[in-house]
Amino acid sequence: MSLDTVKQAGETPEQSQPWAELGLKPDEYAQFHEILGRRPTSSELAMYSVMWSEHCSYKSSKVHLKQFGEKVTDEMRKPLLVGIGENAGVVDIGQGYAVTFKVESHNHPSYVEPYQGAATGVGGIVRDILSMGARPVAVMDPLRFGPADAADTQRVLPGVVAGIGGYGNCLGLPNIGGEVVFDPTYAGNPLVNALCVGVMRHEQIHLAKATGAGNQVILYGAKTGGDGIGGVSVLASETFEDAGPAKRPSVQVGDPFMEKLLIECTLEIFAEGIVSGIQDLGGAGLSCATSELASAGDGGMHVWLDRVPLRDSSLSPEEILMSESQERMMAVVEPAHVERFLEICAKWDVDATVIGEVTDTGRLRIEWHGELIVDVPPGTVAHEGPTYHRPFARPAWQDALQADVAEVLPRPQTGDELRATVLRLAASSNLCDKSWVTDQYDRYVQGNTVLAQPEDAGIVRVDDETGLGIAVSTDCNGRFAKLDPYAGAQLALAESYRNVAVTGARPLAVTDCLNFGSPEDPAVMWQFAEATTALADGCQRLGLPITGGNVSLYNQTGEQAILPTPVVGVLGVLDDVARRTPQGFREAGQQIYLLGTTREELSGSEWAHVVHSHLGGRPPAVDLDVERQLADILVNASRDGLIDAAHDLSDGGLAQALVESSLRYGVGCRVWLPDDLDPFVALFSESAGRAVVVVPRSEEVRFTDMCAARRFPHQRIGVVDGAAIDVQELFSLPLDELRTAWSATLPALFGP
Amino acid sequence: MRVGVVTFPGSLDDQDARRAIQVAGGEPVALWHGDHDLKAVDAVVLPGGFSYGDYLRAGAIARFSPVMTEVIAAAEGGLPVLGICNGFQVLCESHLLPGALVRNDHRKFVCRDQGLRIERTDTAWTSGYTAAQEVTIVLKNGEGGYVADELTLDRLEGEGRVVARYLDVNPNGSLRDIAGISNERGNVVGLMPHPEHAVEALTGSGTDGLPFFTSVLTEVVGG
Repeated sequence: MSLDTVKQAGETPEQSQPWAELGLKPDEYAQFHEILGRRPTSSELAMYSVMWSEHCSYKSSKVHLKQFGEKVTDEMRKPLLVGIGENAGVVDIGQGYAVTFKVESHNHPSYVEPYQGAATGVGGIVRDILSMGARPVAVMDPLRFGPADAADTQRVLPGVVAGIGGYGNCLGLPNIGGEVVFDPTYAGNPLVNALCVGVMRHEQIHLAKATGAGNQVILYGAKTGGDGIGGVSVLASETFEDAGPAKRPSVQVGDPFMEKLLIECTLEIFAEGIVSGIQDLGGAGLSCATSELASAGDGGMHVWLDRVPLRDSSLSPEEILMSESQERMMAVVEPAHVERFLEICAKWDVDATVIGEVTDTGRLRIEWHGELIVDVPPGTVAHEGPTYHRPFARPAWQDALQADVAEVLPRPQTGDELRATVLRLAASSNLCDKSWVTDQYDRYVQGNTVLAQPEDAGIVRVDDETGLGIAVSTDCNGRFAKLDPYAGAQLALAESYRNVAVTGARPLAVTDCLNFGSPEDPAVMWQFAEATTALADGCQRLGLPITGGNVSLYNQTGEQAILPTPVVGVLGVLDDVARRTPQGFREAGQQIYLLGTTREELSGSEWAHVVHSHLGGRPPAVDLDVERQLADILVNASRDGLIDAAHDLSDGGLAQALVESSLRYGVGCRVWLPDDLDPFVALFSESAGRAVVVVPRSEEVRFTDMCAARRFPHQRIGVVDGAAIDVQELFSLPLDELRTAWSATLPALFGP
Repeated sequence: MRVGVVTFPGSLDDQDARRAIQVAGGEPVALWHGDHDLKAVDAVVLPGGFSYGDYLRAGAIARFSPVMTEVIAAAEGGLPVLGICNGFQVLCESHLLPGALVRNDHRKFVCRDQGLRIERTDTAWTSGYTAAQEVTIVLKNGEGGYVADELTLDRLEGEGRVVARYLDVNPNGSLRDIAGISNERGNVVGLMPHPEHAVEALTGSGTDGLPFFTSVLTEVVGG
């Protein structure tokens, strides 16, 4: 057994190394020689290989992502306490509170091992939020699967849902929303995104940096094991020639109980103000934490790697550096505070070990039993990875796709046909009742959940006394993004923004999870470029900063890429959550108004997808100025008590909005459709910038005056009443029949 | 009126139970699993959660924590004790209540607004309800199926110790729709649903759970 030390690397320049197997390119490997003035040791090679990977370095995406930092106005900067680049951005929500939120992907692990992949996805994003100094207060999970009735979906979905519930429920974090979407392109490439939101006082913000030579570096939480090492095994097998190839799992295994202790322990440590820098250990484990902390601080760190507590004593130093064992954090602590730090950890039965020290050498040096095995400038590992300018080009098929419009497809004509279509769509997998999924999540724990799924956005109260609260929604229609990636990304932004505003919350910030196919395909790269430009432009238009996010590429099987899926999360604030607007019809006699303009926009719609299995044409037009006006009306109407319910119009159009608002509390409506529109278009068009609101009779004049003063299109289309959806002169659909169809779909596929 | 809420490692609804006590007008007191100290409280709530991760049987390890020695002794002396969800599991493991809670019959975690009928209104925790009152209270559990042998079940029924029963839907396969039971004396109650998540109109499932907390305050003042 030989250890590859820095000394040895200097003496054996010719030794061959498995850089290609680690996914590195020849020029990248050559660059290491330039940086180090010698060949890298196997430990250094391991660190560079993971930190320069697509996942950690964003090498294909960063040329496009930089727009998020460039297209920024003063309005967008105003609420920002910490910008993009930290673990998660932080925004000011007033009353001395700050909020941090972020969405990340855990797509590939969740396909390999649905339960653990999804569970550790929750764990990772929660630690990200925690390491900013915030108490995590809620999670949400935007999920996408292959067709609901496909055999593999039967394997993946129940495991993913159980994993999210199993981990999140055990942490005591309410799950307040998310999405469940089915499309054939996600077969073999499910998307498991996880969002977490956390709250702190302004003075509690913590940053990931290691400053102050002599400060101690403490690793705390779970012991380090062989999980998540995957590809790096190739190094281990080379180092231990006699042992043969190591079989290390590439998916991590989660321990939510340990994470819960880690949360409580970390919050107690924050409360005492005894950490100067902190970071969670996620992808690339210790390689990432040590190099990022060091390069963000004074630039030097010395680590005694043999001090790392191990779950498996046979791990090599390369593997320890790579391990993605969950539930670990790293803190930088002044020597005077170390004892107290260790005491708090002991109180919570959390292992904590001083494994290193901040130095002023400008080098990250790692020792293994007295031998130097890593000696690198930490910035070269953490931040100076390669930048790719991948070719991108609008695919040749895009024109044909856009020419194949859904507006010409055969439509239901009669009242009976329309009725059957409403019922069929409501029971379709994308629009049906999702409680089979969401009832497996605890939405009540912490006692602050004001709204949760199936509401348009989730709302949690932040302050018991004042009622200050936050709203979060995530949305994306991948079909729209396929038809036009620029418009599709802005439609995702618009929908998420609208969903937050519908609840009465003022939108404040954006996070995104950009799920795409292979960046090596110029068509995919074009979709990505279009979508990022659209989001940067759109956020500028709406005046919202993008505070952080995540990119997931290679969601592709062979030539089949997923629908481009830029999931957008929007965070909003309510000064008093008692003012929130729920979704459901409740009080008979109240007036139903439709806000916004309905156009004949059926391409990419749920109707075209369900009834005709059709995807073509152009997505609905998006006008962010209209979205802003609509949001303004919704927020003001909520604040002034003018509306008692509101629901955004999106997938399935007006018909589905009426279905959902009626089923929420089992109170129906009588509706008359506008004379100037084909009833089918009125019911099923998916034009953006629209919502239905419910106005008490006593507020009707004030409400319509407000809309008129703003010249915003508003139209009374019905009244809350009865136990059916009664569309005048066309059809009547009893809620019992509707509920039976709507709620039977997922249990029929996945069991009671 | 001081009501203690025990925090075990992995307790989740402890702050919610403390809030509920406050909303009811009591003074919540945080108790720590590692202390042999009940801080002279007048009643104790064992909250929901996953104590010690519940990797063994739920509640099986919490039952041996130092604070439970004190809770068991005090409960046997008549101190009002309410175990909610994981707390109910701890009470069964402690043999303060008979029977056990097993994995839901459908094998999934379930979170729903659950209909209940309050069957007994002379316990320390349910005196604020009217006989046979029907209420809606949040239920959320993975191992909430109440089981006991026939003899025990008959005895519980015969002695009127079934405190609450599920209405309409049996959410977890509990025998005889049992949602909560008490000890013979009525001071110790175990309940699978979460009344602490039904004390405010704005959050949770309404305010139907509040009488659990007001009952004990009256009980202690009156007693």
